[in-house]
Amino acid sequence: MNSSYGITAVALVAVATLAIGAYGWKFSRTTSDFFVASRSVGPALNASAIGGEYLSAASFLGVAGLVLAFGADMLWYPVGWTAGYLILLVLVAAPLRRSGAYTLPDFAEARLESRLVRSFSSVLVVAIGWLYLMPQFQGAGISLGTVAGTDPWVGGLLVGTVVLVNVFFGGMRSITLVQAFQYWLKLTALLIPVMFLLAVWNGDGATSPADAGIITGGVPGDVWASPLASTSPHPLYATYSIIVATFLGTMGLPHVVVRFYTNPDGRAARRTTLVVLGLLGIFYMLPPVYGALGRLYAPDLIASGATDTIVLELPSRMIGGLGGDLLSALTTAGAFAAFLSTSSGLTIAVAGVISQDVMGRRFRGVRAFQAAAIVAVVVPLLLAVVSDGVGVARAVGLAFAVAASTFCPLLVLGIWWRRLTDVGAIAGLLVGGGLSGFAVVDTLLQHEHAGWTGVLLTQPAAWTVPLAFVAMIAGSLMTQHRLPPNVSRTMVRLHTPEAVELDRGPQRP
Amino acid sequence: MSEPPGGPPDDKADDKAPPQRVRVTSPRASAGRPRRVKVVSEIDARTRIGEIYMSSLLRAQLRLASQVIVTVGVLVAGLPLFFWAFPGLPKIHVLGMPLPWVLLGFAVYPFLFGVGWWYVRAAERNESDFADVVERS
Repeated sequence: MNSSYGITAVALVAVATLAIGAYGWKFSRTTSDFFVASRSVGPALNASAIGGEYLSAASFLGVAGLVLAFGADMLWYPVGWTAGYLILLVLVAAPLRRSGAYTLPDFAEARLESRLVRSFSSVLVVAIGWLYLMPQFQGAGISLGTVAGTDPWVGGLLVGTVVLVNVFFGGMRSITLVQAFQYWLKLTALLIPVMFLLAVWNGDGATSPADAGIITGGVPGDVWASPLASTSPHPLYATYSIIVATFLGTMGLPHVVVRFYTNPDGRAARRTTLVVLGLLGIFYMLPPVYGALGRLYAPDLIASGATDTIVLELPSRMIGGLGGDLLSALTTAGAFAAFLSTSSGLTIAVAGVISQDVMGRRFRGVRAFQAAAIVAVVVPLLLAVVSDGVGVARAVGLAFAVAASTFCPLLVLGIWWRRLTDVGAIAGLLVGGGLSGFAVVDTLLQHEHAGWTGVLLTQPAAWTVPLAFVAMIAGSLMTQHRLPPNVSRTMVRLHTPEAVELDRGPQRP
Repeated sequence: MSEPPGGPPDDKADDKAPPQRVRVTSPRASAGRPRRVKVVSEIDARTRIGEIYMSSLLRAQLRLASQVIVTVGVLVAGLPLFFWAFPGLPKIHVLGMPLPWVLLGFAVYPFLFGVGWWYVRAAERNESDFADVVERS
């Protein structure tokens, strides 16, 4: 691959991101602008922004790489990341917007009327946010290394700097525009090359990658294409654990949830989520095509363990000359859009929590938010530099497992079950967060376990999520004397349409 | 609980019971009209009737959400069991692709969107029914 095109593409994305952000800076005046774009974003723009924010390095690069390496079972990741939005839509979207809170800890405190639950939630938001930011910076390092041959830390530093500049000056208002742009850039960057690639493949005789005669990495095509035939010792359990983590984890991701506060009302929050479902569905049909074509045209990437770069490499390998270089530059641009948008959203969410809950006493307003943004970026950047690559999709998968084991029960029970108490919530967060956190640390330290222990620890969601629900329900039932005094009023606020004039208790601006 | 200065003195010692609600009405408003209380004020006052209307809204929305979750749980999350029970499925080719790839790679996305579309319409209908009932006096 000619590196000058790739470097130009990365530079253009960075400049475009800063330019669109600068356009938004003009409008960012108040603290509310910084946190939630003053709650004035319509469904179409907001949905593009959510799509842009959500499609991270794991979606843009990781899915194609996983499909190339492990086959049909990996299709559950994009399916789950989309279905997670449907579960979010039916259980959480409108009530969460109506709760009138800025962040997940705000919701926890408003619902359970407890400062302690708030503190636990804050710690979890920061932990999940950093766990998710770290692989974004690592992915940026690997990608820039692929196109320009730089050291792994350079790409991460570049992404961190651009994000920080944008967040620093524009907050949520400017980020919304940037992310809406980045969704469409990412879609274009996969859609246009894939048309050329399919034309080339058709011209070459359209051999199916699922053909038994295509043996890549020692695995025949028909085995690769069959579900539940992978290398995992317990493929059915592993598949269901992926399903639990992705279907239920989406609602607990801090950067996803913070987006709902930018909708004008609960109805708009629902409609936005529906548009997001459509946008994600269109996008996720594309990465597996790259993975499948990679079986035929880039089999050496499996042996070298560089499957995450398949989206960047495939166009220049299948199409020679200038055309291939330009198409590879386009997918590189899309990859950097993915790093930038997801990191921006996570930085906003983590900075929001840090500035409100850690620094809130001494600093106030915009200054505190900017100081918190620096902390939110620098810590995972250092983690990404010092830790030797854990694998982009794997770290992201773990973040989903922790979110599903903690915030999913808190949100679902908090919204739909009156009898949830502060003690029950803390019990559930401790059990879910503790068990999934242990599995995460064990996986990050790359301990090897044989048989079931290894499978249970690398894919923890299928057992940690039910245990968290049980702990939260049992803890609440044992402490019914501690029901929050205003639970009825809170339920009215969460579930009634805004058009009906009701006493919803004290409402935040 | 901190009392505002100049509040009624007899409320000070009474921490357990909530302060008595006082109905403030104009004499002209209550005279000559049949006394009909809107459900909205029943909900605000947290009466039995208000609670019944609230929990019926909650139940309707939760039933709707459960229908979506069961549908997706059986038809989408049921697929791995289906693949496990019928290992010959990858041999069936549709549009040149093994059947599991057609289902997981493409068909599932329009399905999820369709279910979401149906849910949003039904949830908004539940809410407008609730609004009609509680705002009618």
